[in-house]
Amino acid sequence: MAGLKRKCDQCDKPATHHSVEIVKGQKIEKHLCEEHAIQEGLAIKAVQTPINKLLTNFVKQQSLPSPQPEWVCDQCGMTFTEFREHSLLGCPECYRAFEEPLAPLLERAHEGETQHLGKVPHRVGEGEQRQQHLLRMRKRLEEAVACEDYELAARLRDDIQRLEGQGQVR
Amino acid sequence: MTLRQITDHAGEWLRGVGPQSDTVISSRVRLARNLAGYPFVARASARQHHEVLDRCRAEVMGGRLGEGVLWVDLRESTPLDRQLLVERHLISRQHAGAGGALPRAVAIGADETFAIMVNEEDHLRIQSLRSGMQLDEAFNHVNRIDDLLEDRMEFAFSKRFGYLTACPTNVGTGIRVSVMMHLPALKLTGEIEKVRRAARDMHLAIRGLFGEGSEAMGDLYQVSNQTTLGKPEQEILSEFKHTVVPQIIAYEQQARRALLKQRQAQVDDKVWRAWATLTHAHVIDTEEVLAMLSHLRMGVNMGRIDTVDITTINELFLLAQPAHLQKLIGAEMDPTTRREARAKLIRQRLGQR
Ligand SMILES: [Zn+2]
Ligand SMILES: [Zn+2]
Repeated sequence: MAGLKRKCDQCDKPATHHSVEIVKGQKIEKHLCEEHAIQEGLAIKAVQTPINKLLTNFVKQQSLPSPQPEWVCDQCGMTFTEFREHSLLGCPECYRAFEEPLAPLLERAHEGETQHLGKVPHRVGEGEQRQQHLLRMRKRLEEAVACEDYELAARLRDDIQRLEGQGQVR
Repeated sequence: MTLRQITDHAGEWLRGVGPQSDTVISSRVRLARNLAGYPFVARASARQHHEVLDRCRAEVMGGRLGEGVLWVDLRESTPLDRQLLVERHLISRQHAGAGGALPRAVAIGADETFAIMVNEEDHLRIQSLRSGMQLDEAFNHVNRIDDLLEDRMEFAFSKRFGYLTACPTNVGTGIRVSVMMHLPALKLTGEIEKVRRAARDMHLAIRGLFGEGSEAMGDLYQVSNQTTLGKPEQEILSEFKHTVVPQIIAYEQQARRALLKQRQAQVDDKVWRAWATLTHAHVIDTEEVLAMLSHLRMGVNMGRIDTVDITTINELFLLAQPAHLQKLIGAEMDPTTRREARAKLIRQRLGQR
């Protein structure tokens, strides 16, 4: 192939846009000219494409050369690769776990913004840590129920209730 | 209130009486919220789905959101009922379909001005829907519901990212502001493409109301914000109220005036042919009905025809749809029978036999 100018997959013009996607383990190469690249690309589709789909395409393109180690959420076990497949995060903690790879994506989706402005719940404050703690305990509760350790499950339920009670105090 | 009681008339949002109702059909504001300490819906266990559903039911049905709230458990409802709720904009298509067995529900306010989907993509999707241009009313309503729920439930929130949602495109305020607009003249003149481009530049989404693709049936378009992070709720509302909607309205009015000036005969032809078709057809499909209703609606608003009022037309946009039609007739029908029943219903509602 060296030296040979590759043609567009869809017409006879020289291909200027090259991409490789892995779909269900199958490698799919695309070589397109400017015009067909725009047709396939994000710029034109932005209006009609549901945002979720746009995001999937976007994340896939972004990650083409992905030699980085995999990001994993400790709390729910989701990997960043899984997120890319479905464009849905697993739990609130995922935002912390994937903070780095999510940043460019959030910027793109939200006109460059990455810091919340707007409504804040009444009881925000020490809340974030407690929320994290709750999530962890509920995960342990799931595990306890799964291996039929009902004593532990009962104790965890009590703890969860107590912790939630603290959240009610304004 | 039961589902049956809401079938034979349009919801509040289709009454066609709100401000600017000749172009703005309805205003909708939706908030996405998730319970703190649980995985998001797609990652939660069956037990957690039930727990979230039960907790939300207790709060929503506890009387604090008003009397007469209808709770519909979507696992127990028929496909026809779910379709009916989709047609009325009370649940999303996704919520209607969602892998049959997922424990999920919708709570519907007595006058249908609010609806809360539970276990859709997020634990809670709180929406308010009003007729005409009433974004403030819709926002105040969902904001009040959010405050009431927040007294008893803790929502996943971080100072950096705001309200945490399953999809990062909703994170922050979790707000989706949508205005449904009837833009027949922009469609007829081909100017709608310019509106689409302008909207894209403003980070807004424009979708056809009915149908899957980009083609808007009935010339009904839904304009919504896409940015939810780093922009306060009031700023988004303000953009819609003072810039986006007034500009699109002005553009549509300009197109209507141009049509009347340059193509009056063609306009009247379209309007009166629509009337003739709707009052005389004996077999008609949804797509044709929507196209004809759109022309008729435009004709009434431009003063070219006065044989029918806007409320009747708005109602037909809804009642001609498959699930409503079958509920009204009281029988499940195949598409062929539906086309006949639809034509008959329309003739009757338009005062013809
Ligand atoms: Zn090409
Ligand atoms: Zn997670």
